[in-house]
Amino acid sequence: MSLLRNLAGGVRGLFRKKQVEHEMDEELRGYLDATVNDKIRAGMTRSEALRAARIEMGGTESVKEQIRAATWESLIETLWQDLKFGLRLLRFNTSFAAAAILSLALGIGANTAIFQLLDAVRLRTLPVKNPQELARIAIDHRKNASGHFTSRYSDLTYATWEQIRAQQQGFSKVFAWGPTHFNIAPAGEVHIVQGLWVSGEFFQTLGVEPALGSLLLPSDDQQECASAGVILSYSYWQHEYGGQRDVLGLKLTISRHPFPIIGVAARNFYGVEVGRSFDVAVPLCAEPVINSDDSQLKSRIGWWLAAIGRLKPGWSVDRAAAQLRAISPGIFQAALPTEFNASNAKNFLQHKLAASPAASGISDLRQQFEDPLWLLLALAGLVLLIASANLANLLLARASAREKEMGMRMAMGASRARLMRQLLAESLLLAAIGAACGALLARNVSQVLVASLSTPHDPLFVDIGMDWRVLGFTTALAVLTCILFGVAPALRATSVAPGAVLKESGRGATQGHSRFGLRRILVVSQIALSLTLLVGALLFARSLNNLAKLDPGFRRDGILVADIDFTARHLDKEGRMAFSEELLRRLRAIPGVDAAANAAIVPLSGDGIGHDVLMGDTGEPEGEAPVAAFNYVSPGFFETLQTPFLVGRDFDDHDRTGAPNVAIVNETFVKKLAAGKSPLAMTFRVRRMKRTSAPYQIIGVVKDTKYTDLREEIGPIVYTAKAQSDSPGTDAQILLRSRVPLASLLSAIKTMASQADPDADIIFSNFHQMIDDGLLRDRLMARLSGFFGVLAALLAAIGLYGVISYMVERRRNEIGIRMALGADQQSIIRLVLRETGLLLLTGIVTGVALALATAKTAASMLFDLKSTDLLTYFLAALSLSAVAILASFLPARRAARFDPMVALRNE
Amino acid sequence: MSDKPSGLVQGTLDMLILKTLELEARHGYGIAMRIEQISKGVFHVNPGSLFPAFRRLERAGWLKSEWRDTENNRRAKYYLLTAEGRKQLKGETREWARQAAAIARILEAES
Repeated sequence: MSLLRNLAGGVRGLFRKKQVEHEMDEELRGYLDATVNDKIRAGMTRSEALRAARIEMGGTESVKEQIRAATWESLIETLWQDLKFGLRLLRFNTSFAAAAILSLALGIGANTAIFQLLDAVRLRTLPVKNPQELARIAIDHRKNASGHFTSRYSDLTYATWEQIRAQQQGFSKVFAWGPTHFNIAPAGEVHIVQGLWVSGEFFQTLGVEPALGSLLLPSDDQQECASAGVILSYSYWQHEYGGQRDVLGLKLTISRHPFPIIGVAARNFYGVEVGRSFDVAVPLCAEPVINSDDSQLKSRIGWWLAAIGRLKPGWSVDRAAAQLRAISPGIFQAALPTEFNASNAKNFLQHKLAASPAASGISDLRQQFEDPLWLLLALAGLVLLIASANLANLLLARASAREKEMGMRMAMGASRARLMRQLLAESLLLAAIGAACGALLARNVSQVLVASLSTPHDPLFVDIGMDWRVLGFTTALAVLTCILFGVAPALRATSVAPGAVLKESGRGATQGHSRFGLRRILVVSQIALSLTLLVGALLFARSLNNLAKLDPGFRRDGILVADIDFTARHLDKEGRMAFSEELLRRLRAIPGVDAAANAAIVPLSGDGIGHDVLMGDTGEPEGEAPVAAFNYVSPGFFETLQTPFLVGRDFDDHDRTGAPNVAIVNETFVKKLAAGKSPLAMTFRVRRMKRTSAPYQIIGVVKDTKYTDLREEIGPIVYTAKAQSDSPGTDAQILLRSRVPLASLLSAIKTMASQADPDADIIFSNFHQMIDDGLLRDRLMARLSGFFGVLAALLAAIGLYGVISYMVERRRNEIGIRMALGADQQSIIRLVLRETGLLLLTGIVTGVALALATAKTAASMLFDLKSTDLLTYFLAALSLSAVAILASFLPARRAARFDPMVALRNE
Repeated sequence: MSDKPSGLVQGTLDMLILKTLELEARHGYGIAMRIEQISKGVFHVNPGSLFPAFRRLERAGWLKSEWRDTENNRRAKYYLLTAEGRKQLKGETREWARQAAAIARILEAES
C-alpha cells in the first residue's frame, strides 16, 4: 500500500515536475518569510533579520537538493541529467566517442554472435509443448554393433523400435524418426530436399499443431502404405509453394513415387534436430516404397532410426531408463537379425537401452561445435577485455585532462560520489551504445557464421533469435565492460585535491608515477592477452595448414565425382554390371577426361564399409577377427586418384565373376594382417555376418590412403574388383580426373548419361570441395581466431601508441634538456624505444605463460601440432613485437624532432 | 544527507514532527517553532532536515498536506496527521517510552 503511494508520488514528481518545484519554492519562501518576521519582532532590523535567516537556512538550493534527495525519483532524474551531460561531452569529442563505440561494438558484437549460436545449439529448448518431458531412447554405450548405419542418429533398427513401442512403460507416447534426403525431381537431374522419416506418433507426441491441413496420425503409418500422406514444413511451404492453401491434395514426387501432401506443420517447428531443418516429413511405412531394394525397414540390420518419448506424469528420466534397461534383453532377443553370426549376435544381445533428457533436442552439431564455440567465446571475451583496457587507457588520459574541471566542481561543493556517478554515467552511455551496435552486428555475424558452416549438401538451420538469455548476456557484457573500463578512471579523476589542482597552472598536478603506472599495467596486460590470442590464431592456422598439406595418399585436385543413378531402368544383376561398365567406357571417351573409375566408396566422403577378414583359405580365427575397411573399385581407380602401387598389378578386365577372386590391399594391411611377409599370392576370406566368402588372392599392394577422414589413423584397407561383386548397385559412382576445368565437363557428362539412360539421376560433386567441406570446423577456428588475433594485436598497438605518446609528452622537458646537452635524434628514439621494449618484454613473458596455460584447451582440436609448439610462440611474439615497435616508433620520432628551445620554453 | 539535527537523538525527528501535529495542522515553520518551544530551545531543527522529513513522511502515508491561508493571510502548506500517522505516533511513543525507561534503569544501575 505504502509502496504504491510512494510510487505514485514519485511518478507525479517526475511528470509534474514544474508544479512540484513551484510548490517547494513557495513553501521555502514562506518559511524564510516567517523566520524573518519573527526576528524583526525580536528587535532586529530587516536586513539583519534577512541575513540571519539565510544563514540559518543554509542556502535555499541546497535545502531543495536535500528535499529532492529524500525521494527515489531524484535518482532517476540525476541519472538522466548525467546521461544528457555525457551525451553532450561525447558529441564534443566525436573521435574519442567513435573509437570507443567501435571497439566496444566489435567486442560485444563478436561475443554476442558466438553466444547466440551457443544458445541456439546448446541452451534453448525445442519449440514444442512441455519440452522438458521429452527423453531420447537409445542404446547405452554402443560398441561392436554390426549392420548398415545410414543416419546421423543410427540409434535403433526398425525391429528394435517396434519392440520398444510395444514394451516401454515410462512414456505416455513414443515416436521414431530419422533424417534423410529425398529426391523430388520427377526425372533428370536430382532435386534434393531435406527429409524426415517419422513414425505416426511423431507430431502427436511433440504436440505440434498444423498450420494447414492435418498432421500424421498413428493410423497413417500402417504397413504397405503406398500412398501415404506427407507433411511439409512451414518454411518449405512458403518458399516452394508461395504459402498457397491449395497445396493440400497436390502430389509430391519422391524417388518417382507420388505422395499426396496432407498438411503443413506449425510455423516455428523445425523438427527435433537442432542445427538442421526439414522440408518434408514422410511416414516410416513409405520407406520400402521409396527405397525399394535398399529398404532399411525391411532389413533387420539397418540402423536408421532414433526414438524420443514423452514421460508419463510422475516418471523421471532415470526411472524410465531403468525400466528400459530391465526390458532390454527381451527387446534385443526379439529384434535379433537372422543375418548375424554368433559373434555379431552376442554383441547385439548385450546392448542395453537407456534414456536421456531431450528437452533441447538432438544434435550432432553440438558434439562437433560446442567445444569450439565455448573456446571462441573465450577468445572473443579476451578481445573485449583488451578493448576495455584500451578504453580505460583513453579515459585515464581524459581524466588527466579533466583534473581541473573535477577540482573546480569539488571546490564548488560537489561530492566525490556525485562526480563518480556522473563519470560512470558517461561510461555507461558508451557501453550501452556500444552494446546496442554490437547486438545489431551480432545478428549479421552469427548468420554469416552459420552460412559459413553450411554446405550445399548439408545446409544448417540455426534458429538465431534474441531471447532473454542472449539479451541478458549482452546487457551483462555492457555492464561488466562499463565497470572494467569506467571505474578506475573515475576513481582516478575524482581523487584530486581541489586546492592543489586549482593552484597548479600550466600542466596538471597529478602526473605522479603511480598514475602513469596504472596505464602501463593496462598496456602490459593488453600485450599479454593479445599474445595469447595470436598464439591461438597461429596454432589453428598451422593446424589447418597441416591438414591442407597432408598427403592423403591420393590427389585432391582436378577430380570430379559423378554419381549416376539408373534405378529407374529396373535392371537385373548382370544388366547393372554391364550398364555401369558401359557408362564408364563412355565417360572415358569424353574429351578432356584423363582417367575414370567406378568406386563403391569415394574416399573421405564419410561413407565406409567394414568387414571381418579371415587370413588363409580355411579355419576360423581364435577370438575376434580383424576388421578391414573395404572398397569395390573398377580397373583404373588407383590411376585416377594417382595412388602409387608398391608391388603387384591393378585389376583388369579379366577379373570378373567366374574368375578367381582377387584383391589389392594397402601397406597397413600388409603390416598388420600379413605380418609384414610378402603379401603377393597370400589369401584371405571376407566374413559378412553369417556368410564367409571364397578366398581372395592378393595381387597388389598400394600406398596407404586416408579412408573416411583426414584426421584418422590409417587402418587396413581391402580393394576388391567391382566386377566380382555379388550385389552390384543401381548406381555408378564414377571418379573422373581431368586437366580441363571440371565445370566444362558437366554438360558433356549429362548429355552422355541421358543418351545412355534418359531417366538417369546425376549428382555431381567436386572431390577437392568435398574434402574441404570436411575441414569446416578447422577453417572456422582458424579464420575466427585469426580475426580475433589481428584485432587484439591492433588494439594493443593502439594502447601502446597512446601510452608512449603520453610518456613522450610528459617527458618533453627532459628530452629538450637532453637535446640541448647534445643528444642526437637516434639516442632520443632509443630512449623512447627502451620504454617500449620494457613494456613489450613484460607483456610477452606474461603472455607466454598465459598462453601455455590456456592453449591446452585447444590441444584436441589441433592436427599434428602440439599446443606448446615452439615455432608458433616465436612467430606470435615476433609479429606482436613488430607491430608494437611500429606503434611506438611514431611518437619516438616525434620526440626526436622536438625543438629543444620550444620544449624548454614551455615550462 | 544528514537527517538528524545536532542534539536530536537519531531517528526521533519523525516522531517529534508527528507529535506536534497530533492536535492541529501546522505549516513547516510552525512545526519547527513548536519543537523548539516545547523542548525549551534544546532542539533546534533546521530546514535542511525538516523538509526532507516531510517528504518522507508524506510518502509513507503518515502525513498529508494542503495549502491554506495563515493567520497573516498568506498561503502556506499545512501538514495534517493521517489515521495511519496517528497509529504510527502511538506505536513510536510507546516504543520510545519503553526504551527510555530501559536506558534510565541501566544508567541508574551503573551509578
